[in-house]
Amino acid sequence: MSTTADVATDDTVFHYEEEPHHPEGGSTMLGFWIYLMSDCLIFAILFATFGVLGGNYAAGPGPADLFELELIAINTSLLLVSSITFGFAMLAMVGGRQATMQIWLAVTGLLGLGFLGVELYEFHHLIHIGAGPQRSGFLSAFFVLVGTHGLHVFFGTIWLVTLMVQVQKRGLVEANQRRLMCLSMFWHFLDVIWIGVFTFVYLLGVLQ
Amino acid sequence: MEMSEPISVHPIFGRLTWQAIPYDPIVQMTFLVVVLGGLGVVYMIYRYKLWGYLWNEWFTTVDHKKIGIMYMVLGIIMLLRGFADAIMMRLQQVMAFNGSDGYLNAHHYDQVFTAHGVIMIFFVAMPIITGLMNYVIPLQIGTRDVAFPFLNNFSFWMTAGGAVIVMASLFLGEFAQTGWLAFPPLSGLDASPYVGVDYYIWALQVAGVGTTLSGINLICTILKMRAPGMTMMKMPIFTWTSLCTNVLIVASFPVLTAVLVLLSLDRYVGTNFFTTDMGGNAMMYVNLIWIWGHPEVYILILPLFGVFSEVTSTFSGKRLFGYTSMVYATVVITVLAYVVWLHHFFTMGNGASVNAFFGITTMIISIPTGAKIFNWLFTMYHGRIRFELPMMWTIAFMLTFTVGGMTGVLLAVPPADFLLHNSLFLVAHFHNVIIGGVLFGSFAAINYWWPKAFGFKLDHFWGAVSFWFWVVGFWAAFMPLYILGLMGVTRRMRVFDDPSLQIWFGIAALGAVLIACGIGAMLVQFAVSIWRREELADTTGDPWNGRTLEWATSSPPPDYNFAFTPVVHATDAWADMKARGYERPEDGFRPIHMPSNTSAGVVLAGLSVVLAMALIWYVWWLAALAFVGLIGYAIYHTFDYHRDYHIPADEVARVETDRTRRLSGVAS
Repeated sequence: MSTTADVATDDTVFHYEEEPHHPEGGSTMLGFWIYLMSDCLIFAILFATFGVLGGNYAAGPGPADLFELELIAINTSLLLVSSITFGFAMLAMVGGRQATMQIWLAVTGLLGLGFLGVELYEFHHLIHIGAGPQRSGFLSAFFVLVGTHGLHVFFGTIWLVTLMVQVQKRGLVEANQRRLMCLSMFWHFLDVIWIGVFTFVYLLGVLQ
Repeated sequence: MEMSEPISVHPIFGRLTWQAIPYDPIVQMTFLVVVLGGLGVVYMIYRYKLWGYLWNEWFTTVDHKKIGIMYMVLGIIMLLRGFADAIMMRLQQVMAFNGSDGYLNAHHYDQVFTAHGVIMIFFVAMPIITGLMNYVIPLQIGTRDVAFPFLNNFSFWMTAGGAVIVMASLFLGEFAQTGWLAFPPLSGLDASPYVGVDYYIWALQVAGVGTTLSGINLICTILKMRAPGMTMMKMPIFTWTSLCTNVLIVASFPVLTAVLVLLSLDRYVGTNFFTTDMGGNAMMYVNLIWIWGHPEVYILILPLFGVFSEVTSTFSGKRLFGYTSMVYATVVITVLAYVVWLHHFFTMGNGASVNAFFGITTMIISIPTGAKIFNWLFTMYHGRIRFELPMMWTIAFMLTFTVGGMTGVLLAVPPADFLLHNSLFLVAHFHNVIIGGVLFGSFAAINYWWPKAFGFKLDHFWGAVSFWFWVVGFWAAFMPLYILGLMGVTRRMRVFDDPSLQIWFGIAALGAVLIACGIGAMLVQFAVSIWRREELADTTGDPWNGRTLEWATSSPPPDYNFAFTPVVHATDAWADMKARGYERPEDGFRPIHMPSNTSAGVVLAGLSVVLAMALIWYVWWLAALAFVGLIGYAIYHTFDYHRDYHIPADEVARVETDRTRRLSGVAS
């Protein structure tokens, strides 16, 4: 081992003079990735459930009767754009421009709230016309898959506000940068999930 | 929402009324004993002023060693509860012949067998393996703690919280009467309207959060924190099997979480996932829960395969035979664990081709497992075997587990399964592998690593007494069940008509009594060993002539585990260091960076238990309050940026000099 040359002559070395350094939070990114994959598995189960129950209308309304693609298009754009704005926020963070970053984070959060608003309107409308989650297996699977995604966006927004406060208080210290990176992965992950929801639930649903 | 409302929901107390307290005299006596015992413990803590000590040194600790020990204590306490359920079932079944109804009514008996399964898997086996992994992995890979020390504390308290919820069901309301996997429609609101299934759901959800997080934590620990020089193929085999177990945990527990969420939505909101009408599909539940459930059995057994490997190698005085094949066998089992779940319900009507596929994958799993058995045998071959307690448990495991494995392959044949499914043959099979594998392995591990954790060995005599009672008791208790199962007796029966069966239940009950003696002897073994700790003391830190890094440090290890992070050159790093004349450094110590204690884990888990209890009893205002409190406190906790400190070099030097003195005391 070349790194040990200064410690001993020909003997094998069993410890270094200087401790090997585990950087603070060095496992956080890996850990968060693994968490995201476990979360992904929850969505996989919900997608599979939708796959199994998606055609069980129980003599009730089906996707073509219920979904308004115009609304979903607005919703999808809001979420996709929020991913871009989060990307801008991260670029600002890397450049050390804290104020710019905060603005982009705020824009991201507002877009997220917009998405949630449209989703809540859709849910409210469906329940109002008698197509609530209790109506059929299809609607149960629909509400829970889309609702779980929405719940994630909701908590993501709370997290985003928390981080904005923490950045305001302590600046872009290393811990805060790490947290922002995690939230960024979380936010993009929700985007990817939404693309699955949009495609398999809404587009294919209306096509049927 | 349309649901039949058998019980009115009070705005303040939900559905909690005086009727929730069971009138059953057996439960009331138990309650009395638990209350008196609990008050006794509280009084002793108060008397000896232990609150501060327990709180500061244990409950809020982020030290993986102490958390590991707390997991083990939890597992052993819950073993007593789970075993009490077992012996009640044995007694009921041996009594309920010739027109007798036994002593347990159906409502109580059904709760007993459900609670037995749930407790033994989730609150005995899981805490014990998690505790072992927590304690041993960081020491084996030469690091000072796990990757996320606070998360570790939080995970423990969530597991303990789940156990509290299960225990609460004994005295407040009821537990599920559905069997340990709570299949709908039986677990749906129509068939199970009261709190039993809700206790089941929330106990598992709270504990499940802890298990998933601890899985992520240990994967990161193993992948990122190994000592320099320890490549993947130089990791101790226990660390390898633990890595595979934690991968299985992270890749299967979210499925359990999701499926229980769907079941709770059916029960709370009136959705139609698993209902028999309105487009629900109960068979989907069976599939989903076994997609978690089958990996779960490998989650339980793999770490113990690691234990047996370490023990066999240490007590044969040889390196493990076929290390590489052992690693690959473990990885193959990990992968195959996901493609066999359907063998749990061959009879559900999946069609011949599907059954054939899953039957074959199941049989294939026996190949890597068989390879492991041969590796252990070849490790012993030409070895200088020392029949210490861990080795005795290992040999008992090899004999017992092989029989269980063979009956498993038998059950994997779909036509045979059509005859044997849901019978006592199945019950005998999985007890054969879980007791013979997981429990015997845990006992081997406890006897093996106890001197590391506490600095003294366990008493051999009482250990041997416990060993023989357990092993003989196991065979006496479960061989009759194989015979009964072959005769067609189904599981979970409360009364029997055919008097010729009674003798077998009698033998099984006798076996259970022998196991009770085994458990008693083990508790005596702990007590006697603590009493005689001076005589049994080990000052070397390496009482078994061990081969892996945990034996390189003192017993018990200092808070920081290793004064200097060891550098690894071979698979059996410590054996290699000893062979090359390693000398312990006695100066040049540096300050050591360590994580600080925190009470956040206790608080968050406590709020989770409140939330769960409120949801079980429909106390909506409290549920809302606990939920907001939980989120609020979690956010508050993230505002704490100071979570670490340094142990000064002087302090390290003092501890290490102390050890030098003890070591030389032995030498002189």
